[in-house]
Amino acid sequence: MSSKQNIKPRKNALVLFFHKMGSPPWFFAFAGKLIPWLWAVFAGLAAWGLYLGLFRAPPDYLQGESFRIMYIHVPAAWMSMLIYGLMAVMGFIALVWRVRVMEILAMSSAPVGAAFTLAALITGSLWGRPTWGTYWVWDARLTSELVLLFLYLGVMGLYSAHDEPRKAARAACLLALVGLVNLPIIHFSVKWWNTLHQDSSIGITGSHIHISMLWPLLIMTVATKFYYAANLLTRARVMLLQQDLRKGWIRDAVKLNDDSGLNQGITQ
Amino acid sequence: MLTVSQLTFERYFQPVFKPLDFRLQAGGLLLVTGANGCGKTTLIRLLAGILTASEGSIKSTAAGTAYVGHLLAIKDDLTVVENVRFVRDFLGTGSRAVSEVIEQLGLRRVAHQLARTLSAGQRKRCALARLLLCRVDLWLLDEPYSNLDDEGIGMVDRLLQQHSDNGGGCVVATHGNHRPPIAGRTEIQLISGHRSA
Amino acid sequence: MNELTHTASIPRAFFALLRRDLLLAFRRRTELLYPLMFLLVVVSLFPLGIGPGPALLARIAPGVLWIAALLATVISLDSLFRSDFEDGTLEQYLISGHPLTLIALAKTLAHWLVAGLPLVLLSPLLAIWMNLPTRAMGVMVATLALATPILSLIGAIGVGLTVSLRRGGQLLSLLVFPLYVPVLIIATGGIMAAVDDLPYQAFLGLLLAGLITSLTLAPFATAAALKISLS
Repeated sequence: MSSKQNIKPRKNALVLFFHKMGSPPWFFAFAGKLIPWLWAVFAGLAAWGLYLGLFRAPPDYLQGESFRIMYIHVPAAWMSMLIYGLMAVMGFIALVWRVRVMEILAMSSAPVGAAFTLAALITGSLWGRPTWGTYWVWDARLTSELVLLFLYLGVMGLYSAHDEPRKAARAACLLALVGLVNLPIIHFSVKWWNTLHQDSSIGITGSHIHISMLWPLLIMTVATKFYYAANLLTRARVMLLQQDLRKGWIRDAVKLNDDSGLNQGITQ
Repeated sequence: MLTVSQLTFERYFQPVFKPLDFRLQAGGLLLVTGANGCGKTTLIRLLAGILTASEGSIKSTAAGTAYVGHLLAIKDDLTVVENVRFVRDFLGTGSRAVSEVIEQLGLRRVAHQLARTLSAGQRKRCALARLLLCRVDLWLLDEPYSNLDDEGIGMVDRLLQQHSDNGGGCVVATHGNHRPPIAGRTEIQLISGHRSA
Repeated sequence: MNELTHTASIPRAFFALLRRDLLLAFRRRTELLYPLMFLLVVVSLFPLGIGPGPALLARIAPGVLWIAALLATVISLDSLFRSDFEDGTLEQYLISGHPLTLIALAKTLAHWLVAGLPLVLLSPLLAIWMNLPTRAMGVMVATLALATPILSLIGAIGVGLTVSLRRGGQLLSLLVFPLYVPVLIIATGGIMAAVDDLPYQAFLGLLLAGLITSLTLAPFATAAALKISLS
C-alpha cells in the first residue's frame, strides 16, 4: 500500500478506499461486514413497501386490484436496466485496469440482472392477463425486456463457455460493453417498431399514477437496490472464495467453527 | 535489448512458471529449456506481446519482433510462393525476391505446390520465411528445430548466427537436445509454478 | 523499398490481406455456396410451412427475407476468423505491428464481398418467390446492400469473442441476434413502407447512418475481442 501525505485527507481516503477494495482480502472482509446490513434494510423496506402497495394503496379505477403487480414489475424492470449499465461500467474498469475484483463483481451482477429481467417479464405477463386477456403482448416494454434478457444470457453464456476464468470474464465484460452501446439503439428501435405496427401503442403502464400509489413504488425501487447490493456482494464473495481457494489469505479470512474439510484441504 | 524482471503469468489462478528474471543483449541468444508444460510457449507468447503478464515487467528496446510459433501460420490452400509473397507484402521490406527466399529455405522444388501437400519439415521451412523477409531486432522461436532434418537444423543455426552477427537478439524455446552453436548463448530453465509439480 | 524498415506500409498490408482472403475464398469456392443454398432452403420453407397464398406471402415477405438473411449471415460468419485462429495466422496479425483494427476491417470487408454481396444479388429471386410487390424490390435490395455490411461488422465482434471456443458458432447466434434487432426493424420497416407506397428514404438514411457508425466503431471492438481470444 502506498503511503501518502495527508495534505487532502478526504480525497486521499476515497482513492485509498477504492484501491483497497481492489485487493481481494480487503474486499472479502468489507463485503462480509456489509451484507447482513444490506439484507436487513432490504427486508425492512420491502416489507413496508409491499404492505403499503398491496394493502393500503387505493385500487385503480381502470384496472382494479391487478395494478398492484406494478409494485414488483416496475422496480424489477428498472433494476434490470440499471444492473446492465452497472455491469458494463464494471466491465469497462475490469478491462482497462485489469482489476480482478471488478471482473468478479461484473460477472456476479449478470445473474442478478437476468433474474430481475425475468421477474419483470413474468410479472408483466401476469399483469397483461387481466388487462388484455392474453399472457403475452408484444408491447414496447416487454419486447425490450425480452431482448435485454437475451443480452444477459449472452454475457452469462459467453462467461461459462470459456475455460479460463479470467479470460472468460474479460470476454464477457467486452460483450456487456458492446451491449450497452447498443442498448439505447435497441430500445429506440423497439419503441418505434411498436408504433409502426399498431395503431395505438399498447402500454401496460398506460394509466396516470396517483401520488398514494407512487409512494410504495418509490420504496420498492430503493428496496430492490439493496437486494441487488446484498445479492451481488454475496455472490462475489463466493466467486472469490472459489478462485482463491488455494491462496493463503483464505485461511485467515474464513473462520470455521469445526474441522471442516475445507480447512484440511488447504493445509495439505 | 530485453529486460525481464519478476515475470509471472497465471492461468486458472496458478502461476505457470516461477518468477523469471533475465536480460538479453543485442547479438545474444537466450535458450529456454524445461520439461513439457512448464511454460516455454507461454513465455515466448508473453515476450511477443500476445499475452499480458500477471506480475512483473518486460522492457524491450527492440525495433520489431518476429515470431515463429508452434502454429506455423501458413495457409494450406496457398502455394509456398503465395504464402511467402503474402508474408513479404504484409510484413516485410519487399526488397528481397520471393524466389531468393524460397531458394534459401530449400523449397525450390515444391515452390508451386499447395502448402497442404508438403511434409511437416517443409512446412516448418516455409514458416521460417518470415525471418528472412523482415529486418527486426528480436526473434522469438518456439521449437524451431522440430520436424527438421539435419540439413534443416543446420539452416536454422546459420540463420541464427547471421541474425546474431547483425546485432539481433533471439529467444529460442526448445525441449530437444540440440543447442545452437552461437557465441553469445545463455540458457535458462523454466520451473513449473504448480505446487504439485 | 527501404531496406531499413521492418514493416510494410499499412495500406500495402491491408490490400495484401484482402487479396489473400479473396484468393483463399476462391480456392474453396464451393464452400461459398453453402450459405446461399441455406438461404434458398430457408425461404422456401415459409410457403411450405405457412401456405402458398400470394397475399399472405407478400405480407410477410420483408420479414422472411430479412430473417433468412440474418440466419445465412450468422452461418457464414463463423469462418471469418476461425481458420486464422487455428493455423496461427491470427497471432501473427497481433505481432505484426499493424493496427489490429484495420486488420479486422480488412477481413470483415473480404467476408462481406464473399458472403454478403452474393446474398444481395440473390435477393431479387427470393423476393419473387415471396411475392414481394415489384415496387418494393429496389428498396429491398437497397436495405440489404446497406445493412449486410452492418451485419458483418457487428457479427465480427461476436466472432472475435467466440473464435477460441470449440462450439463458438452456436453461441454466436445468441450473442449477435439481440444486436441485430434494430437493423431488422429498420430494414423491414423500410421495405414495408415501400410496399405501402409510403416514404422510405428515412429508413435507408438510418441504415446508412448505422453503416457509417459500425464502420468506425465495430473494428475496435473486434480487435479487442480478438486480443482477448488469443490470450
